Amino acid sequence: MIGRRLYLDGVSVIFDGFRALNNLALVVEPGEMRAVIGPNGAGKTTMMDVITGKTRPTTGVVTFGDLDLTRMDEASIANLGIGRKFQKPTVFDALTVFENLELALKAPRGPVPCLRWLLPAPGRARIEEVMTETGLTERAYDRAGILSHGQKQWLEIGMLMMQEPDLMLVDEPVAGMTDAETEHTAKLLARIAGRHSVVVVEHDLEFVRALGCKVTVLSEGTVLSEGSIDHVQNDPRVVEVYLGR
Amino acid sequence: MGRAPARPIRTVMKRILLLLILLAASALPAHAQDAFVSALSGLGGNFNAQAEATARLGSLGDARALPALRALSEGRLLRTADGTLLIREGSGLVDAATGAPVAAPDPEPQRISINNRVRAALRGALGQLQILSTDPAERLAAAEAVFRTRSADNIPLLETALGRETVPRIKDQLALALAASRLVSPDRAAKLAGIAALGEGSSAEARSLLLEARAANADLTEQIDGAIASIDRRLAVRRVAETAFQGLSLGSVLLLAALGLAVTFGVMGVINMAHGEFVMLGAYTTVIVQDLLRDVPALQPWSLPLAVPAAFLVTAAAGALMERGLIRHLYGRPLETLLMTFGVGMMIQQAVRLIFGAQNREVISPPWMQGTLLLPFDIPVTANRLWILCFSLVVFGLIVAAIRFTRFGLEMRAVTQRRPIAAAMGIRTGRVDALTFAFGSGIAGIAGVALSQIDNVSPNLGTGYIIDSFLVVVFGGVGSLAGTLIAAFGLGVINKMLEPWAGAVLAKVFVLVAVMIFIQRRPRGLFPQKGRAAEA
Amino acid sequence: MSATTLEPGVSRARLGLRAAMIAAVAILAAFPILNQLPQDSVFHVSDFLVSVSGKWICYAILALSLDLAWGYAGILSLGHGAFFALGGYCMGMHLMRLIGPRGVYGHPVLPDFMVFLGYQELPWYWLGFNHFAFAMLMVLLVPGFLALVLGWLCFRSRITGVYLSIITQAMTYALMLAFFRNDMGFGGNNGFTDFKELLGMPLNTGTARAALFYASLVTLVAAYLLCRWMTGTKYGRVLTAIRDAENRVRFLGYDTTSHKLFAFVVSAMLAGLAGALYVPQVGIINPGEFSPGNSIEAVIWVAVGGRGTLVGAALGAFSVNGLKTWLTSAAPDLWLFVLGALFVAVTLFLPKGLIGLMQGRGK
Repeated sequence: MIGRRLYLDGVSVIFDGFRALNNLALVVEPGEMRAVIGPNGAGKTTMMDVITGKTRPTTGVVTFGDLDLTRMDEASIANLGIGRKFQKPTVFDALTVFENLELALKAPRGPVPCLRWLLPAPGRARIEEVMTETGLTERAYDRAGILSHGQKQWLEIGMLMMQEPDLMLVDEPVAGMTDAETEHTAKLLARIAGRHSVVVVEHDLEFVRALGCKVTVLSEGTVLSEGSIDHVQNDPRVVEVYLGR
Repeated sequence: MGRAPARPIRTVMKRILLLLILLAASALPAHAQDAFVSALSGLGGNFNAQAEATARLGSLGDARALPALRALSEGRLLRTADGTLLIREGSGLVDAATGAPVAAPDPEPQRISINNRVRAALRGALGQLQILSTDPAERLAAAEAVFRTRSADNIPLLETALGRETVPRIKDQLALALAASRLVSPDRAAKLAGIAALGEGSSAEARSLLLEARAANADLTEQIDGAIASIDRRLAVRRVAETAFQGLSLGSVLLLAALGLAVTFGVMGVINMAHGEFVMLGAYTTVIVQDLLRDVPALQPWSLPLAVPAAFLVTAAAGALMERGLIRHLYGRPLETLLMTFGVGMMIQQAVRLIFGAQNREVISPPWMQGTLLLPFDIPVTANRLWILCFSLVVFGLIVAAIRFTRFGLEMRAVTQRRPIAAAMGIRTGRVDALTFAFGSGIAGIAGVALSQIDNVSPNLGTGYIIDSFLVVVFGGVGSLAGTLIAAFGLGVINKMLEPWAGAVLAKVFVLVAVMIFIQRRPRGLFPQKGRAAEA
Repeated sequence: MSATTLEPGVSRARLGLRAAMIAAVAILAAFPILNQLPQDSVFHVSDFLVSVSGKWICYAILALSLDLAWGYAGILSLGHGAFFALGGYCMGMHLMRLIGPRGVYGHPVLPDFMVFLGYQELPWYWLGFNHFAFAMLMVLLVPGFLALVLGWLCFRSRITGVYLSIITQAMTYALMLAFFRNDMGFGGNNGFTDFKELLGMPLNTGTARAALFYASLVTLVAAYLLCRWMTGTKYGRVLTAIRDAENRVRFLGYDTTSHKLFAFVVSAMLAGLAGALYVPQVGIINPGEFSPGNSIEAVIWVAVGGRGTLVGAALGAFSVNGLKTWLTSAAPDLWLFVLGALFVAVTLFLPKGLIGLMQGRGK
């Protein structure tokens, strides 16, 4: 797979005078896994919003390969191969697990192709494979609305996998999970990591340590520190931000 | 033939006139008396002599000539065998020169007849003389008459009259007549003065006078064109000002109708389709208050001001009831709220229809709200529209103050912005919700009091306002009271500006379409609430 | 087609519902035939019932179209009456052209109201309406085009929820004001009436009534099948997903604007068709059809029947209108109270409507 490189430079987002992002720079190489950490309000979610086209940056460059993401809408960016899992799990409650995954399956997205859609055998196999990986096979024909919190998270990660994105943005995948669920999620992400670039936003430092990847620390909308988990944990500025206040 | 200037003269007026004549006669120097008497005798001569005498009497400016001239024009002037002129006053006769009653002479005096030439001269002369009358209405009519007959001979008389006149409206009319008379004077300087004076006015009459004079005075074209242009400017300004007032007036109605919604929908986010029915309830409360005060004459003129708090209380209670009983179960489900409140509106409307009947109810305007006023630039405004305009601004000010400076306003803002935190700080959010909704509904009721003055009070009064109100609130920016204010007046003025060339209905359609397109371009309105909180 | 397998209980309820549906259509289909029976027969169906149920069928098509937009795509249109009325006006224009020289003024081409208003010739937008096929095309295209423009503007700007509802309501209100004007060329206040014939059939005969009745019934069944097919495909599931979490659908790479637009336009066309079938049966169309109240009433049919289920929408149209027909003659003053109370009761106590009530009992 020839991946593309995510490149952000000089990105600022100003809401009503408040700088949610301030001259942010970030590069994620193809196939790389990256953890982004930072205190509340550091701009992690806003950064995701900028990459996925939900928020337009006030200034700055955001490219994926040679494509300018600031000029595209959410759907086009998603079709480029950038997938996103939200902080709050959002699956389609009225649809079954199977149907949720089927919607995410890579296929033509227009109304007419959808009307004429027949699930091909490889597609069905892929869905079943993802259900196995996420441990949702038994719940295939249950409506997503009745899943537990953890299962919803996995379903959403599964939907992300169905999209076969080049880059996955995962926002707080283990928030509100039990320890066992957290462990399962870490394994799931680790399995995915080889195939896609992944950016994980997380609070939980233990979880980030378990991922074992390069870490970027955000604070007040800008990059405070970058490097291995040990490197950033010993960075005095990081210590000050996390503990000094 | 033009309009006959003959007006019915009241007896009282006649007495006063006679008195004045006697006073004036005793005060006048002898030669003036002679001039009057000798001119008067001409009225008994042939048509030529009559016309000359009439014109002379008119320019003499002697008020004693008035009864005789009037009598002549009305066919009541009589000539005895010896040439004395008498006036028939009811059943009796008076001497035309002295005003003293006289016995009926023998042989029977003859009625003096006149022709059209004399009639024309009489109109001018009567106008000249009436200008000096003590009755303002008569003076005004005379000034208009002289304006129509305009003649250079009138200039001195008009100058005198203008010097004495104190009533502004008559003064303006006299100035116009003077300028018009100067325009036809042979003297170039007088003409120029007339043109300049007319150019300072702003009436369509002055404009047509100038256009007329332009054809006759080739040498003055430049000055006349300048004067016409300045009139046109002033007329344009007046038209704009008129449109602006009508627009602001419509805007004030929109504002009143929308303000309650700006609170319930804008601040709380509750979509209340029964809002129009609350406005209607306010209007009916006005009717009820008026009916209750029917037997208390002292309070009757105050029924409208008393209806304001009454309507507020009635609709606020209805609002609180609706919020606690129904709406609160549907928080977070705006579409269901919309349908449910629509149903409530329907029931309120039907209830009012059954109780009060489907026909319009009459609301009496207090005297101070009736009539028409003239604003600067001669803009005519009806008093009730002006009152409603002021009232809407006062209500707006009170709402802003209530939200900004009271404890209730603070709690209301706290609850709508961060409900859980507000609750954690000990604010009883349910109570605040109910009060806020009651507050917004009460404002709708107040709007109903004002609207009862300009709209038909019928059960479907509110239906017409609901869509407009929503568009105003959304156009201005949901949650922004200032936006609502500007949107209401803006839409009102735009609507009235479009009306002259599009017609009332099409103008409204245009405004609706324009607002719809605007909302599509800027979904958060003119004054969007900013920040991340606004992103849903 | 669908990968969904159903729980046995639900599927039994569905089967029962389907049987009831087929029975209902069969009974309706028998109405014009039973109408031919002698008056004293127990099975005689009165002229009134035939004509009124013909109207209800048109309302049911409107309800289906509204349910497609609201129940499935989450677009609460408070202006569907406008699409219905536009379809009706297109049909009305055709019927007016067919009157020909039989009008009061006897003009060979111009309808009476145009002669009355001093028109010298037919306005350009009236051309072609003398052809049935063209008129039918317009019945679909005019509402479809309006929906396309309005939907494109709204969905592209991400106007949703109550804002969209208010805009659609303002649209129908603006159209109503516009159609009230005489110089629009649509008969102003009085609209169109005094129709004579359609496709060679004189309109005031029992044959024509039966023919229109069957045309409406066939259209209702076809519309139901179309909606059922649409909502049963992946497209239908995308619509449901958009209704529940539009943003999330965007992040899956679906251009939600085009999906919603597609549903909205199809829905508007169905509404137009319903209006076109309605007008020859009631014999009149006037700007009152655009009144916002009509559109909201249609919404309550869907809500009463059960939004998001096609059968529910049709059921709601029949039951609310049946109640209306009965009450407006039995206790006219009560009707608006009952309708208002229906709004309140359905939103507060019956969010899934009558269908939800039945399914709840079936389980």
